[in-house]
This record gives sequence, C-alpha cells and structure tokens, in this order.
Amino acid sequence: MEKPFAITLDPGTSLSNHTGSWRTERPVYVHRLPPCNNGCPAGEDIQGWLFHAESGDYEKAWHKLTENNPFPAIVGRVCYHPCESACNRGQIDEAVSIHAVERFLGDEAIKKNWAFPLPVQKSGKRVLIVGAGPSGLTAAYHLACLGHDVEIHEAGPMAGGMLRFGIPQYRLPRDILDAEVKRILDMGVTLHLNRKVENALTAMQEGGFDAVFLAIGAHIAKRAYIPAGAAAHVLNAVNVLHDLETGEKPLLGRRVVVYGGGNSAIDVARTAKRLGADEAVIVYRRTRDAMPAHPSEVHEAEAEGVLIRWLTTITQAEEGELTIEKMCMDDDGSLQPTGEFETLQADSLVLALGQDVDLGLLEHVPGIEIEGGVVKVGENMMTGCEGVFAGGDMVPSERTVTVGIGHGKLAARNIHAWLNGETWVHPPRPAIATLDRINRWYYSEAPKVVQPELDAVRRMNGFEEVVQGLNADNALFEARRCLSCGNCFECDNCYGVCPDNAVKKLGPGKGFEFDYDFCKGCGICVAECPCGAIDMVPEDI
Amino acid sequence: MSHQEVKFYQTGTFTVGNRLLDPEQRSVQSTEERTNALNSGHRACQGCGEALGARYAMDAAMAATNGQIVIANATGCLEVFSTPYPETAWQVPWVHSLFGNAAAVGAGLAAAMRVKGKSDVRVIAQGGDGSTADIGFGPLSGMFERNDDVLFICYDNQGYMNTGVQRSSATLPAARTSTTAAVGKRPGHQLGMGKFVPEIAMAHHIPYVATATVADLRDIEAKVTTAMSLRGARYIHILVPCPLGWGSASHDTVRLARMAKESGLFPVFEARDGEVTDSLKIRHQVPVEEFLKPQKRFAHLFGKQRDEEAIGFLQARAERNIRKYHLLEA
Repeated sequence: MEKPFAITLDPGTSLSNHTGSWRTERPVYVHRLPPCNNGCPAGEDIQGWLFHAESGDYEKAWHKLTENNPFPAIVGRVCYHPCESACNRGQIDEAVSIHAVERFLGDEAIKKNWAFPLPVQKSGKRVLIVGAGPSGLTAAYHLACLGHDVEIHEAGPMAGGMLRFGIPQYRLPRDILDAEVKRILDMGVTLHLNRKVENALTAMQEGGFDAVFLAIGAHIAKRAYIPAGAAAHVLNAVNVLHDLETGEKPLLGRRVVVYGGGNSAIDVARTAKRLGADEAVIVYRRTRDAMPAHPSEVHEAEAEGVLIRWLTTITQAEEGELTIEKMCMDDDGSLQPTGEFETLQADSLVLALGQDVDLGLLEHVPGIEIEGGVVKVGENMMTGCEGVFAGGDMVPSERTVTVGIGHGKLAARNIHAWLNGETWVHPPRPAIATLDRINRWYYSEAPKVVQPELDAVRRMNGFEEVVQGLNADNALFEARRCLSCGNCFECDNCYGVCPDNAVKKLGPGKGFEFDYDFCKGCGICVAECPCGAIDMVPEDI
Repeated sequence: MSHQEVKFYQTGTFTVGNRLLDPEQRSVQSTEERTNALNSGHRACQGCGEALGARYAMDAAMAATNGQIVIANATGCLEVFSTPYPETAWQVPWVHSLFGNAAAVGAGLAAAMRVKGKSDVRVIAQGGDGSTADIGFGPLSGMFERNDDVLFICYDNQGYMNTGVQRSSATLPAARTSTTAAVGKRPGHQLGMGKFVPEIAMAHHIPYVATATVADLRDIEAKVTTAMSLRGARYIHILVPCPLGWGSASHDTVRLARMAKESGLFPVFEARDGEVTDSLKIRHQVPVEEFLKPQKRFAHLFGKQRDEEAIGFLQARAERNIRKYHLLEA
C-alpha cells in the first residue's frame, strides 16, 4: 500500500494494547442468596422461579418452583410467607407479593394440567411413608422423583392431614388440595387410606421397605382444667374442624367462645361465624403481641366481626355462660390474676389450646428418643433408630405447613443418600444479597397489587375463599417487581456501562463474561449493577 | 420526552437493556451487533466518562445512519487516548487535524460530501469542552451560523484533563484545578466565571441543540438518533465525569453524572430552532452537595470550615436551572 506523505506505518488496531494489565482489582459475577430464598422454610428458589414468571413463561416458572415444593397452589394460600417479611423490596416500598404469584402459578398448573417429570431410572428401593399430610406427601414426591418406590399409609379417611383437617375451606378450597395431591399420586405413589400404623418398625420390616419416613402430625387436642357444670357445652378445636370436614356440622349455637390464641382458635372462631353464630369471641390469656396466631389472620377475623378478649382466662363453664377473670401482666411479662370476674354468655366453649403427637407407633421401636412430647431427630432427619426418619409436626419445629414441606424435602434427600450408603451434605450457602448491594436507581416505582378480598358480608355466607387470586396480567406485574437480589437478570447494564468494551454478552439465558485482556478494573459495572451480582476482588500481584 | 419511557418492566428503560422489552424497544448498546465505534485497548484512564459517552453516541449514530458517518475529532483526551500513532481504537472513518478546528474540518467534510453527491454520508465533529468552548469556539460559531450539515458533539469533562487538569470556561465555579488552586481568599475557580455553550448554540437558532449525561444511555441514544434525522448544524453537549480531573473514584463516573442531573446543576434538555422543547425531569432530587462531596476538586468546600458561599452559589445555580428548564414535574 502506498502511504501518504510522512507516514511510514500502516494503521493498527488498539486491540494489541492489553489494558487489562493496569488492573489491581477484577470484577467477577457472583450469585448471592436472595433474602426470600433464605427465609423460605421449604427452601424454594423464589428469585429463580420469579425470573421465569417475569418473562411470562409460567410453565417454566412452575417447574422451577416445584423442584423444591410440589404444592404451589396450596402454599400460595396458606403459608405465612416469611419470604415476604425478608424481601428487600419491603424496605423500598412494599414486599413482592410472592405468595400471590406462587398461588397463580399453582392455579395455572391445575387449569392446564401440567405434570411432574417422571424419573428416568428406578432405584429398586422401597420407602414407606406414614401420614399423608404436607410433610409426608412432599417426601413422597421427592423420593418418587429420585426413582424410589413409595407407599403412603394414612390413618384417616382422606389425604391431606392438617391441610384438610386443620385449615378451613375458606382458606384452602378442597378442589385445589385434591388436585395437588392427585398430581403426586399420578407419579406412581401408592396411597392406602384408613391404614393406621401401629408399630413403625414392624410395618417397615413386614412390608419389605428399605426405609420409613414418619410424618403423622399432631392431632390430639391439648386440655386445660376448667371446672365445668354437667350441662356445659365444651368442645375442642381439632374435633370441630375435623367434623366439619367429614360432613358433620358441629352444634355450636348462637354465641360461641373460643379459648386460645393460636391459628386454630382463629380458624374456629371464623368457622363459627360461617356456621351462623351471632357472636364469636376469642378469649386469650395474653396480649395481642404475644398471640401466636398470624397477624394477617387476626386482622381478617376482626374484619369479619370476631371479638377478641385479651388478658382474660376462663375460670368456670356452666350451661349458657362462662365465668372469666381479667389478668394483668407484670413488668417481667408473667401473668397475674386480678380477681376481677365477669360472666360471658356462651352456648358453647371451644378449646383451642394446641395439639399433641400420638406417639403410639414408636412405643416398641428401639433407640427412639422423645422429648417434650415430640421425637428427636438428627440433622439428617433420622430418629435414633436406623432407617426410621421423621418430620413435620411430630418433631421439634415451628408447626406450619411450609416447615413440614421443608422437612419432607430434607428427609427425602437424606433417605436417598442413606439408601445409597452416603451422607447428604447441604451445598455451601452463598452470602446473603443484602439491600445495601442493590442500586435502587434502576428499579421502577411500583406498589404491590393487592389481592382483592371478598367483602366481609359475602364472606359470612359460607366457606367461599376469602382472598382472591391474581390474574395473568397483574401476576406478571407483581413478578416484575422482583429486584432479583444478588442474581443477574440480564439487564445489560454491565455490558453497556463498560468504557472499555470489556464485557462480552453471551446471549439470552447465558449471561455475560468479562474480557480480562481489556478490563481496567474501574468498577463501574459493580457500582451500576442493579441487583449486586458482581463483586470486586483484588488481583494477585 | 426525548425517548418513550417504559415503566414497570422491573427496570423499565432505566437500565441499558431489558430482556422483558420487545426487541425494537431495546437500546443500541444492549445489542451484540453494536459497532463498538471506540474499541477496547484505548488508553483512557480507568472509569473514563468520555470514552463511555463517545461510544454511546457514535454507536447510536452508526445505527441511525446505517454505518455512513465520518468523524472529525479535535485534539484532546479523546484523540490522544484513542489514536496513538499507528494504533487506533476507532472503528469508523475518523480524522484529526488541530485543537481548534474540528468544526471547520467537519464543515469541510460536509462540503466535500455535498460536492461528491454523497448525501447519505453524514459528518460528525467532536471534541472536549476545551476545544468546544475555548480554543475551537470561533470555528464552532461559524459552523452554526452557516448552518453547515454537521452534528457537533461536545464531551464536557469541565477542564483540560489531557494536559494536566487546567481550568476551561466549562469548569464549575469553586472547582480546584491546576490553574485554580484551592488556596487564598477565594479557593478554587472563581464564582461567576465561565459559559454554558448549549445556550450559546441556541442563540444561533440552529435546528437542534440538546444536552445529556453518561448516566442516561437511552436519552443519549434518542438525542443522537433525532440529530441524525435532521439536516443542518446540530449540537449535543454530553456531561462526562473525569475521575482523574475531578478526583473521584473510577467506579463513581456514572453515579456522579446522575447526581449532576438529579441536583439540577446540569440541566438535561432539548431545543429546536433556539427554543427549549423538552427537559428530562429530576426523579429523586438531591442537594448539590451529593454531587460535590465525592470529588476531591471540591474537597476544600467541606473542610473544617464549610464554604457556604460557594456551596450556596452552586445550589442557587441548580435552582435556577430547575426553574429555567422546568426540571421538576409541575
């Protein structure tokens, strides 16, 4: 090539100048643990399934969700969503309504008949599960996914456990429950109803099972001594809710008093209202702050006209009336009777004082340790007896549906490992994606889509579901409020803001890669990453 | 509005890209096909705002003209760090002549294209604030006045950074530079000096004048695209923070540009034929201190004794901009 005057060299490209050598720190892509995932007792990858829901691919989102939890339609309704309490967005405007999107996905799956993928290979091992509640069914699902033969023995006449006999229909419609249980049974899981296991070990040995998972729940109502006249009408919450489910309408009368402060107490009071009671009063010994029932349920109950007497005990029950005593709380929080008595008109008194576990099936099993009425298990969910695992309400835990589901999953993983002569080790947990790593500038302001609630009057007419679901449009909107804390959601910011073109875009779903030949380590990509998915780490110099 | 803002798609149009948007709504920078007009390997400092702004603008111009542009570049950082003979980081036809004559060279190129009948080849002249506001100001005004078919882009980093951070007529009042030391009765650059070239450009009644910052890519792309759709003299003034000259952390480049806009100190607007037609609204208003504090060139304002006079002067300027350009929603 003939060169212009005074030019001796051909033009070259700057690419021969590897500016990466200037760098003292390098950016690296990381995955942090979003607070919602960290807060989920069932170990769901919430940010992971919301990612697919954001793009409107609900089926993929549902499959991602059910990798951990087979009951999105149920849990989307009944879980107290600790994920939302932990949500970083809650500190910006309002938490993402995770449960509402989850419920929407679950309902879509039922509507469209989405099914679980079947295992490629059978293991040839057989596992017995005792109890068809949330924990047992979840374990059955995960074990079936892993290729094991699963058989469930359930003492009751229907599957579902506390989902059916503890949670009223207005919170969980039964067609939803049936559909999600059936989907698990469709995987080839065998369910025997009305089969009570008397001895866990012999049931396992005689049936030729390689392992057993016990998840019988806690169904025996706790009692409190209340002097009662012969004609006093005293019932317990477990029986009231159970009768209702099996079709026997419990006779509660016009004025119903419920004694207790847990979710069951609230459920019974709301049920009584629906059965036609004029008055439903909850009597609770302590204060609102101390009440174990979930605030959202208390709020809904109050909106329906349920009255709550705080700091009150029941001292005497007679026909048609109760004697109650006011309590006061000391500075140290202990309760003291005040000696002030009152009478309260009541056609019936329902005790909702908690439940105990029926441990009969473990009586003759060696190595079992029982403490405080529940069975002790190791980190791997195994009891003191080899091959006998337990979970749910019968082991020490917070007694919620989601915790039970988490136990089922954890037990399934451990049983699978144990059957292969291995030990399951929890994969290392990444650091939490905290709010200070979020670059708030980039997110649109958008308030939560509030699920429409049935108005109080309509609710009183029956057991129709109180909280309505989202539709496809607002579910998408809600999913898109997710900040995707600590995990790349392909916003292209790093790819754009690099002054040195040192970020390579790998295409949809594949993310990005740094070109360390040219990255000067300025850190703009880290500062401008909306979700905090890039760390700056020192170079070895 | 310079571009159609999309809200509620997680990040809407605030981020560079967004996988949730339709492909035609996505930015040029988010595509794998962008030109990378200013390629890797250039010798700009870490976190250079000018390198970023130049690539944003040139890639958008390439996309808008189907790759038919010629660039005339003034002397300055952008020329020096991109093209140390015989290497160049430019992947577009590019010519450099002198410090003061980019606008004149651009006008000449436009005339040459007209003579050759190449109406599809468009000319862009560009430089820093020194070559725009000071040294090349005469040729620039001439180009405006003749309404030559050139888009002039000024990358404003508020000083002569290439030669060692001397003050220019675009340097902010009170800023410390190597020629306005932070000593004496009135430390830093004097209050009340300098000029704002976009308003001077508007006084020429040219078809299009706009300002932008590197904190808002969508805005830059929309403005460059608009400018390339018009003929005649056009001017875009882009604020590009300079970590070296401003004494700021290299990772704060985009954030500082955003603070300049959000405080009102740097108004982002569009004008047609000498009239302001639109402005980018402040989203989360901040006091000017938020912009000043992270920069060492303003450290003397926040010493033992806060320099209320200077801070107040700059805050008053921000408020004047807010009034003048309607930067807050009514």
